[in-house]
Amino acid sequence: MVKVKVEFLGGLDVIFNKERVHKVEVPQEDPVTLKDLLDYIIDNMIANKNDVPVFIENDTVRPGIITLINDTDWELEGELEYELQDGDIISFTSTLHGG
Amino acid sequence: MSYTPPSDPVNKVTNKTIKISQLCELCHSRKAVIKRPKNLQKICKLCFFHVFETEIHNTIVTNNLFYKGERVAVGASGGKDSTVLAHMLKYLNEKYNYGIEIVLLSIDEGIVGYRDDSLATVKRNQQQYQLPLEIVSFKELYNWTMDEIVATAGIRNSCTYCGVFRRQALDRGAEKLGIHHVITGHNADDMAETVLMNILRGDVARLEKSTAIITKSKGSPIKRSKPFKYSYQKEIVLYAHFKKLDYFSTECTYAPEAFRGTAREFMKNLESVRPSCIIDIIQSGENLVLKQKKVHTNGQQNSNKVAGGFVDGNRCTKCGYLSSNDICKACILLEGLERNRPSITLDNDSSVDGAARVMRQLEHMSF
Repeated sequence: MVKVKVEFLGGLDVIFNKERVHKVEVPQEDPVTLKDLLDYIIDNMIANKNDVPVFIENDTVRPGIITLINDTDWELEGELEYELQDGDIISFTSTLHGG
Repeated sequence: MSYTPPSDPVNKVTNKTIKISQLCELCHSRKAVIKRPKNLQKICKLCFFHVFETEIHNTIVTNNLFYKGERVAVGASGGKDSTVLAHMLKYLNEKYNYGIEIVLLSIDEGIVGYRDDSLATVKRNQQQYQLPLEIVSFKELYNWTMDEIVATAGIRNSCTYCGVFRRQALDRGAEKLGIHHVITGHNADDMAETVLMNILRGDVARLEKSTAIITKSKGSPIKRSKPFKYSYQKEIVLYAHFKKLDYFSTECTYAPEAFRGTAREFMKNLESVRPSCIIDIIQSGENLVLKQKKVHTNGQQNSNKVAGGFVDGNRCTKCGYLSSNDICKACILLEGLERNRPSITLDNDSSVDGAARVMRQLEHMSF
């Protein structure tokens, strides 16, 4: 099991009950990867299932949403394969809105 | 609504040591936090700030965007691009001594539940950056709010109305302030999208103009510029995130512009395959120069008519605003609206406010 903080920024919070910051415990044997976290979010946190495509596309985070692991671009951390550690902060920031 | 900044995970101390391959490719001393889409370079936060700011400074200098003593208006919506723009211009102006005077210029389209919230952000920005702010509203310019327009003309064409009116409103707002230079936060992604859209639409006339960093209609006292022309959206958002800038991020309540949406989605998918494609598309757009069409000189033709059908320097006979036709687009739209304005209105009728939100809720309903 791993305890992390998940943030939905850039307007993404609308599909998560308008809550930007969530404390999440992924109830799963170590190692827990970012992919596992995404599955957990899809299954347990998105209030309306019709909203899943807002967040996910082709089994990964939708292009245009920036994923940061402890403020580091997830591309530098192995993306879906990254193994979560207790206290990690994962943030998802949408850029898909007007400026 | 107040502003809660995102968290700031300090580099966590873990038992993992940082590998050399994780170090910044510029300073080789700190952990890289971003992979630049432009060139796939991995760099740390401090180097990112430096590189990003310097690139924008270079764009400003090489294109001679400003002159000393110039007064400029930043088109401020409260969104990510304009917030970073206001911050960046203020910062660069002080650092490199451009000698410009910056004013924030906002347009209030009159969209309850959207623009009122984003204007609150602009007002906070005004405090944070200590810049003067001017707000021009659709209501005072056209006697219509977007909510009223949507209630009358329907949600389908909302972006057409809003786009035409907002463009003109920015110019009028600037004129009111005696400013002849409007700066907007259009970024590289927007640019590339526009190039793609013009290609897909076959809009030859706009294609050539669309990548210019400074645009100015003949006869207009107001020029527009886009210092973020080469800045990736991803980097703008990350800059705002790392600098903890206060910006507003909600999609407009009225359906997002459908066609641009398609182009945007397409671009985002392209970008995930090859991030440099955005800058490549802009580069292609810049180099697409059309062969000048032969101008037929039948005598009847207007002498300043150029290939593509644009007439520059013409003025609307109704409002006097610059227009390529006898009557400008805004006046044509307004005329149509006036014809359909309900002749009787109820007192204290609030059903117009947030009509879009109701629509949206209805869309989500199912049996």
